[in-house]
Amino acid sequence: VAKMVVLTNVKTVTMIPGDGIGPEISAAVMKIFEAAKAPITWEERNVTAIKGPGGRWMIPPDAKESMDRSKIGLKGPLKTPIAAGHPSMNLLLRKTFDLYANVRPCVSIEGYKTPYTDVNLVTIRENTEGEYSGIEHMIVDGVVQSIKLITENASRRIAEYAFEYARNNKRTSVTAVHKANIMRMSDGLFLRKCREVAENYKDIKFTEMYLDTVCLNMVQDPTQFDVLVMPNLYGDILSDLCAGLIGGLGVTPSGNIGANGVAIFESVHGTAPDIAGMDLANPTALLLSAVMMLHHMGLHDHADKIQTACFDTIRDKKVLTKDLGGSAKCSEFTAEICRRVQDLD
Amino acid sequence: MTTRSVRALSGALKPLFSPRSPQGYVVAVCHQTHKSTYTAPPARYGGRHTVTLIPGDGIGPELAKHVCELFRFCCVPVDFEVVNVDSTETSEDDINNAIMAIRRNGVALKGNIETNHNLPPSYKSRNSLLRTTLDLYASVMHCQSLPGVRTQHRNIDIITIRENTEGEYSSLEHENVPGVVESLKIITRTKSLRIADYAFRTAREKGRRRVTAVHKANIMKLGDGLFLECCKEVASGYPEITFDSMIVDNTTMQLVSRPQQFDVMVMPNLYGNVVSNVCAGLVGGPGLVPGANYGENYAVFETGTRNTGKSIANRNTANPTAMLLASCLLLDHLKLHGYASMIRKAILSTITDSRLHTADLGGKGSTSEMVQSIMDAIQSTGPRTQRH
Repeated sequence: VAKMVVLTNVKTVTMIPGDGIGPEISAAVMKIFEAAKAPITWEERNVTAIKGPGGRWMIPPDAKESMDRSKIGLKGPLKTPIAAGHPSMNLLLRKTFDLYANVRPCVSIEGYKTPYTDVNLVTIRENTEGEYSGIEHMIVDGVVQSIKLITENASRRIAEYAFEYARNNKRTSVTAVHKANIMRMSDGLFLRKCREVAENYKDIKFTEMYLDTVCLNMVQDPTQFDVLVMPNLYGDILSDLCAGLIGGLGVTPSGNIGANGVAIFESVHGTAPDIAGMDLANPTALLLSAVMMLHHMGLHDHADKIQTACFDTIRDKKVLTKDLGGSAKCSEFTAEICRRVQDLD
Repeated sequence: MTTRSVRALSGALKPLFSPRSPQGYVVAVCHQTHKSTYTAPPARYGGRHTVTLIPGDGIGPELAKHVCELFRFCCVPVDFEVVNVDSTETSEDDINNAIMAIRRNGVALKGNIETNHNLPPSYKSRNSLLRTTLDLYASVMHCQSLPGVRTQHRNIDIITIRENTEGEYSSLEHENVPGVVESLKIITRTKSLRIADYAFRTAREKGRRRVTAVHKANIMKLGDGLFLECCKEVASGYPEITFDSMIVDNTTMQLVSRPQQFDVMVMPNLYGNVVSNVCAGLVGGPGLVPGANYGENYAVFETGTRNTGKSIANRNTANPTAMLLASCLLLDHLKLHGYASMIRKAILSTITDSRLHTADLGGKGSTSEMVQSIMDAIQSTGPRTQRH
């Protein structure tokens, strides 16, 4: 994975505000970045699908052009239409930029209490194939077959990314999660590729664990896990499980890494249409994803500053949005974080 | 005759496969194909039941021994027919013997049989083979918060009902070209209806208010869509029970934040694996929860989370609670309710004493100490016991 080496130039980032509370939280993040004097300029784009030549759905060409140029994107929640005729926007983005790895670092937030403490793990999920290949058929009436696809290339790619990530972020171990006792060939192939890649990263400990054992141990003692790498479905379930451990989707960052150095960071919660436009939203998830983005770009100082400000605000409990247990408005929460960021300078 | 054709013919040839009654005993014909009633096999040979016991690997054998010990102590009228399955053997003779024994006796208690996943795909998981051959279509796990066990959440009472024979565990895989593998997940209407019916019937029998179907139908529209449709169909026949559905990733998130909201959960095979393990972890771990696999004609009892516990084998540190509670489920199945409740009460009173907790519960107790304490509890309250 090519990391952006930043000197003193200002980097461009494509900002996709999204729907519902998307625009408010994106504005909040931009304000905080301004307060932190982060060298980022934002290019706002809309990704509502349009029908391209040949009748295929695609994202608007100006959005694609902006992403291809900047290589880094920050995305708010997108509404998945039910009867609009086009596939979900997230799926479209994934296909357009070949976003093969979904990375979710789950770190316990001091000040936001959950029954689980000291969680510090990262789930890396293969995002293009596996059980979500979408290949299904009704063979005869009442018998449905759904195909889970595992390929050597995709497995190798995700394993390589996982070990690279572990090395770059100074993590000590990578655990492959699988069910090879039942799905011998498919998960067996995935496991074999992970083992092969592990050979090149002897400085990182590699272990394998069954999915059910991981689930069992995760809810009893999540501190025993570090980096987890797995195919699509297990990744989906486990990453949401881990998000639940630290407090839910409202505080969980997420990043999608694609081929050709493209990376889109996003908040994974919904669009919350019931509170949209009322200045009640919690920008933490998008903010932490933006921090992840800064780390990815090499701007560690700014990333740490913003993260510290955010966590300090939550720890102090004086200015919190409703979902975190307080009664402040989104703008007040944002202003508080901006103030702390400026104080940290 | 292959096992598949045996299964297909068994419906037609049921009378031929019924156990023959020994001379002089009256035997009720009980192998009915009607789904809603199942009667335990009749007690034979002087009122004693014969139960197949498969010790398995890891901590299986030592726990099986403790079960035998406890049953003998309590004078439970059960004789165990021990069938060993060697997991290092590639031939299927051992597992076929075990299956034959279970067909003979109708019920079994088993430990988990290890699957070496580095062997070629032609070697199928022995546990899986047992479940599919005997058509044990429902895997039921009742997860309850136990007093005396410290966990992050309290007041959990969830019954997970998992389809046990199809779904992702169909073991149908092929490599089309080198490096591209397809694994088939099969969902059928008959099996989905069957498991949904089982779930609602169980909910009704146990007086439960709500059944939640766990699925991923937004992605697997045909497969999980069919499952969901079948659940809705069956739900319409049980108006007193609330039915709702939840996507599996949201379910796991809700389980770790607010598990008290769930009552009965029904799901296909793989999600069942994940959810039941999460629930077991929430109430205290693999050492505490028993599991049961029910089919139309057979029932097999084991620990809920199906682990071999290889790393703690033969060290006298395994928690015997799960296996002993599974044996209580076995006794309930055989309608020996008196013995079942006696043993269960003794186990629960032992669990409340944290000095006896084994390593998985954060204590330093040993397996034999726990079993001894259970026997002492039974002796002080129970009718007759037999020390040797």
